[in-house]
Amino acid sequence: MAPLIDVRDLSIAFPRATPVRGLSLTVEAGETVALVGESGSGKSLTALALMRLLPDAARIASGEILFRGRDGTVTDLARLDDRALRRVRGRDIAMVFQEPMTSLNPVLSVGQQVAEVVRLHEGLSRRAAFARAVELLDLVRIPEPRRRVGDYPHELSGGMRQRVMIAIAVACAPRLLIADEPTTALDVTIQAQVLDLLDALRRDLSMGLLLITHDLGVVAEWADRVAVMYAGRKVEDAPFETLFGAPLHPYTRGLLAASPRLDAGQHYSAGALAEIEGSIASAAGEEGCAFAPRCPNARALCRAAVPALDAVAPGHLVACPVTTVAAQREARHALAFG
Amino acid sequence: MTTRRLPRILKAVRRTALQAVPTVIGILILNFFLLRLTPGDAADALAGEAGAATVETLAALKSKFGLDLPVLEQLGGYLSNLAHFSLGVSPRYNQPVAELIAARLPNTLSLMGLALVFALVIGITLGALMASFAGRPTDRVLSVVALLFYSIPSFWIGLMLIVLFSVKLGWLPTGGAETIGANLTGWEAVLDRARYQILPALSLALFYVAIYARLTRDDMIEVRTQDHVRTARAKGLSPFAVTRDHVLRNALIPVTTMAGIHLAGLMGGAVVVETVFSWPGLGRLAYEAVMGRDFHVLLGILLLSSLLVVAVNAAIDILQAWLDPRIEVR
Repeated sequence: MAPLIDVRDLSIAFPRATPVRGLSLTVEAGETVALVGESGSGKSLTALALMRLLPDAARIASGEILFRGRDGTVTDLARLDDRALRRVRGRDIAMVFQEPMTSLNPVLSVGQQVAEVVRLHEGLSRRAAFARAVELLDLVRIPEPRRRVGDYPHELSGGMRQRVMIAIAVACAPRLLIADEPTTALDVTIQAQVLDLLDALRRDLSMGLLLITHDLGVVAEWADRVAVMYAGRKVEDAPFETLFGAPLHPYTRGLLAASPRLDAGQHYSAGALAEIEGSIASAAGEEGCAFAPRCPNARALCRAAVPALDAVAPGHLVACPVTTVAAQREARHALAFG
Repeated sequence: MTTRRLPRILKAVRRTALQAVPTVIGILILNFFLLRLTPGDAADALAGEAGAATVETLAALKSKFGLDLPVLEQLGGYLSNLAHFSLGVSPRYNQPVAELIAARLPNTLSLMGLALVFALVIGITLGALMASFAGRPTDRVLSVVALLFYSIPSFWIGLMLIVLFSVKLGWLPTGGAETIGANLTGWEAVLDRARYQILPALSLALFYVAIYARLTRDDMIEVRTQDHVRTARAKGLSPFAVTRDHVLRNALIPVTTMAGIHLAGLMGGAVVVETVFSWPGLGRLAYEAVMGRDFHVLLGILLLSSLLVVAVNAAIDILQAWLDPRIEVR
């Protein structure tokens, strides 16, 4: 069966820049895929493009976003007209945004904001929608939902607001939930609760979950598969065990080395933490591999052309010719000498 | 939700009323002394109009109206009148001031009300249109129109409206409040009066139309970039529903504040417009009272306007708390 969402060769362009180039990505039903990258890598733009909520200046320059609906038919969201798109948004694909502080309308009660989406897509009456809103607030584990339903966003804490956002997102039991850095603005103690909630809802409603994050700790705990982005391109895509156990792309390796691990006895007081030299800004105007200016293994061939994504193992793609060649040599070596 | 806020609102109303008393008394005393600064009094004006008054007649008039008493004694008399809920008697009309005002007040209130409705409806509609087409020709043309409304004085707009709609097109009357001698009743009388109100209310409103259009446009453009509007779009709402339920609702809060402040200003504008359209309202009464040095009438009107300002401010506070739950009624 076709994947739930199949993004093929997606490019997003602004008048003077192309921040996402040739991105391909799939999410299966019931699967959690993490899209990882640093600020400016294009991961949030990708998320917005899937719902066609890009800022006015940006447009989808090329590519397809194939989405399998409830009845099994596949539509290309990149070419869908506005009317049909509005039936997908909030019903089949829903999104949780980064900033719970500003993502809710300050002058409407949270109950009204949850009820709005079920009234729109399920045609419930005002009264029924309100009752449904109470149920949904209960579903996202907001205590005393009957009392909270009349509260305004400023009366709730950040974690509670993000739960309201999640209630809005799952109100119509969407097929795909996109969570764009859902816990970045929250306390560390609240982060785990919110992610646990998302994970439980994914299981209960058998949704696909696209988790956009820069936090590898989040990835390690909740993702089934990981796609790593750098400067608008996907550089590595692997099941999470593979990615954490045997990362191949130099950027992925750098990222993993740069995250301190308590279990490995790493602590900032013990010495300088590992970092990737340079900044993502050096990718601008680069002919070949965007990571080449910061890469410890860069060769001449890296600067000649943009590296293609090669499958080094089933389900493990890497866009690094140096690594791929080395990995293949190793594999042949192992074959020849057992 | 609403029930939770009700007791707080009642408390706020009581507190506003208590605060209003010293404010209004202060305003009255200040006005009383300011009016004494103008040369002449009601007796001088009456005598002047009579054309041939002797010194004796003038002295008799002054003593009749109590104008020969020391200023402080006059003030004391006026305040003691007020304490007995009397606004005094107009020397000019020889009629209690309260009656004079009561006869004119409904006309002015309906004119102000209609002008405010015109200003808000036209202004917000234009503003929403301008915001929807921001930067495009529709926006630019409407911006110029708004600038014209803003900069043309209301008496001139009034005269031009008369020239266009009354003289050239003959659709609406040039002035007055109702068709004299028509003796209409019921709905016909209401419609007849409405016809007379359109032009004065419009000339009073156009200045405010410009302000509200501009304000609505800028607020909407600002609100549209806020995160919660993206959330609304992500729900699958149509652009119209997003604008109506999420953008406009937030953008109207500053407009409400301004409208409250302007309601008092509308009364000042009414003086000019009522004169142009010979509309029998408080504005014209005030104008005539100034010309005739009829200070009791003038003080009565000023007292009423300050009470109006206090009442409107309180109403706006409550309205804002209803529109924006983040504002607490204190």
